[in-house]
Amino acid sequence: MSQPPVLLRDGAVAVGGRPILRHIDLRVDAGEFVALMGANGSGKSTLVRALVGIRPLTAGRLQLFGTDLGRFHDWSRIGFVPQRGGAGSGVPASVWEVVASGRLTRRRLLRPMSRHDRTVVADALEVVGLADRARDGVSNLSGGQQQRVLIARALAGEPELFFLDEPTAGVDLPNQDALAGALDVLKQRGATIVLVAHELGPLAPLVDRSVVMRSGRIAYDGAPLGDQAVHDPLFGGMLDGMHSHHHVDHMHRSPHDVTPPMNAPLDRQPHEEGHR
Amino acid sequence: MTAAELFALPFMQRALIAAVFTGLAAPVVGTYLVQRRLSLLGDGLGHVAVTGVALGLLTGTSPTWTAVVVALIGAVLVEVIRERGHTNGDVALALLFYGGLAGGVLVTGLGGQSASTLQSYLFGSITTISVSDVVATMVLAAVVVLLGLGLSPQLFAVAQDHEYARVAGLNVRFYNMLVAVLAAVSVTVAMRTVGLLLVSALMVVPVATSQQVARSFRVTLAAAMGLGLFASVGGLVVSAFASFHARVAPGPSIVLLALACYVVTWPMGAWLRRRARLRAPFADHVPDSADPDEHDISEQHTHDHGPDCGHVAVPHGDHVDYLHDGHRHAPHGRHYDEH
Ligand SMILES: Nc1ncnc2c1ncn2[C@@H]1O[C@H](COP(=O)(O)OP(=O)(O)O)[C@@H](O)[C@H]1O
Ligand SMILES: [Mg+2]
Ligand SMILES: [Zn+2]
Ligand SMILES: [Zn+2]
Ligand SMILES: [Zn+2]
Ligand SMILES: [Zn+2]
Repeated sequence: MSQPPVLLRDGAVAVGGRPILRHIDLRVDAGEFVALMGANGSGKSTLVRALVGIRPLTAGRLQLFGTDLGRFHDWSRIGFVPQRGGAGSGVPASVWEVVASGRLTRRRLLRPMSRHDRTVVADALEVVGLADRARDGVSNLSGGQQQRVLIARALAGEPELFFLDEPTAGVDLPNQDALAGALDVLKQRGATIVLVAHELGPLAPLVDRSVVMRSGRIAYDGAPLGDQAVHDPLFGGMLDGMHSHHHVDHMHRSPHDVTPPMNAPLDRQPHEEGHR
Repeated sequence: MTAAELFALPFMQRALIAAVFTGLAAPVVGTYLVQRRLSLLGDGLGHVAVTGVALGLLTGTSPTWTAVVVALIGAVLVEVIRERGHTNGDVALALLFYGGLAGGVLVTGLGGQSASTLQSYLFGSITTISVSDVVATMVLAAVVVLLGLGLSPQLFAVAQDHEYARVAGLNVRFYNMLVAVLAAVSVTVAMRTVGLLLVSALMVVPVATSQQVARSFRVTLAAAMGLGLFASVGGLVVSAFASFHARVAPGPSIVLLALACYVVTWPMGAWLRRRARLRAPFADHVPDSADPDEHDISEQHTHDHGPDCGHVAVPHGDHVDYLHDGHRHAPHGRHYDEH
């Protein structure tokens, strides 16, 4: 059996000495569409940034496609769509140029772009519906369109594993629908997708599995949850109960052990053993 | 003296060669500095290089090469300080820059050199450039242009979004250091042309000018190189002809010509920016025309809005709104909705 694209065991991340993520176990199998959810500040972005190697782990072991992060060099297999920042760069850049920079993972130094490179960039723009804006400056696009440019940039590298950090935040509904269409295409092509979202909206039908974060830990890992369920007081209450449980006996258990009704992660335990 | 006679003079030919190479090289690095919002780095390295020049004068070695070495050390230090992301990083940089300038002036005094020797490096003296300095300028400028253009996809990606570049497998630290090193080299290349105190102007002003009107990085970079070439050669020629009537230094003429280009393009840039702002898509709620509360039909129109109707069309969700007389009109069936 092939190695899982993402395998993190007991991961921890500290930012500026402050522990942010603790005891994170996460496995994402090939072809899965995982929604990473949770309140603002629960650590979703930090987890994604740790998974792509921007934030170092202070504990635990991360493997991408079966290779330890320190020895992983196959970056063309990974596509990263960062949470959109406000500030652009100081010099104009066209949509095409930003998307073409996603092709760098597959280009050799000091070689011009091949015809194939250009075709892939054009395809990526087509998938996100921005083919007609290729020559425009990125800063002239709306927020939702800029978000789609960043997705096209990741697409241009033809990766197998995508990390998307809140691609739907602050994006209007038509743009969210366009985004859902683009992600559906990726999913049909067999890509593995880890998507951070506060609200799923039109992306909900694509999700195979939900992971909910709470205060830097994984509070739920299992069957897809609707937007209401994540914010459900009943569900939240249950998670609160689990949280205090942790504090009372000070046992550092995996959240899988204490989350009663979720079967998907438990189902996976046996073949996880198989890799050790 | 005619133009032909002027350009037949060997010192003038050397000056022209230096101007061409400097004018092309400085804006290449300047583009990456502006993209990373480090426009003043060139200025700072220019200050640091003063110490290098002074050390060269003191020890009797070529000031060009001692300036290169000291500017490189300064560039590496700056990059290390920046990479640490220390909150007092910019203060540390200021200390380094002023230390470099003060140190240079002090060392020059120690060596018993006259201030005028140092001044030719501070404000440039392109017409007194020696053959070996022309060769050094050509080699260093060629290195800057070749690396700056050859590695432009990588340098662009790193400056545009360094975290993305890292996930793309680029060695971000290496490319950051490379830009700093190229900046240090350009500073010493431009030292003889416009002088250490005005170096940054030749690196940054052409970029500021071209980004007024350009929409892409490539056009910005190419136009900046063209403007840099025009300003440095033009400034040299202007000062050469003017010097029959008055003392006109080439360095300041070059910088003033570059600034004049900026001033000329500014109205066009302002117009383009205003136009872009006017056409920026509306991000607010799209009224639901099926909802009687939100469906607001505008009064009768005497003309049909369309791509060529002359009204500004602004994207709004899945349609465009036509702007006129303070209204936003969206086509809906046979009438227009107020949006
Ligand atoms: N660069 C940073 N410096 C300091 N604290 C940070 C930084 N990035 C994230 N944090 C902290 O880490 C926590 C999780 O943040 P984040 O991962 O961005 O959450 P989310 O993406 O779920 O909204 C927050 O408490 C935030 O304050
Ligand atoms: Mg976030
Ligand atoms: Zn009209
Ligand atoms: Zn409208
Ligand atoms: Zn109208
Ligand atoms: Zn209507």
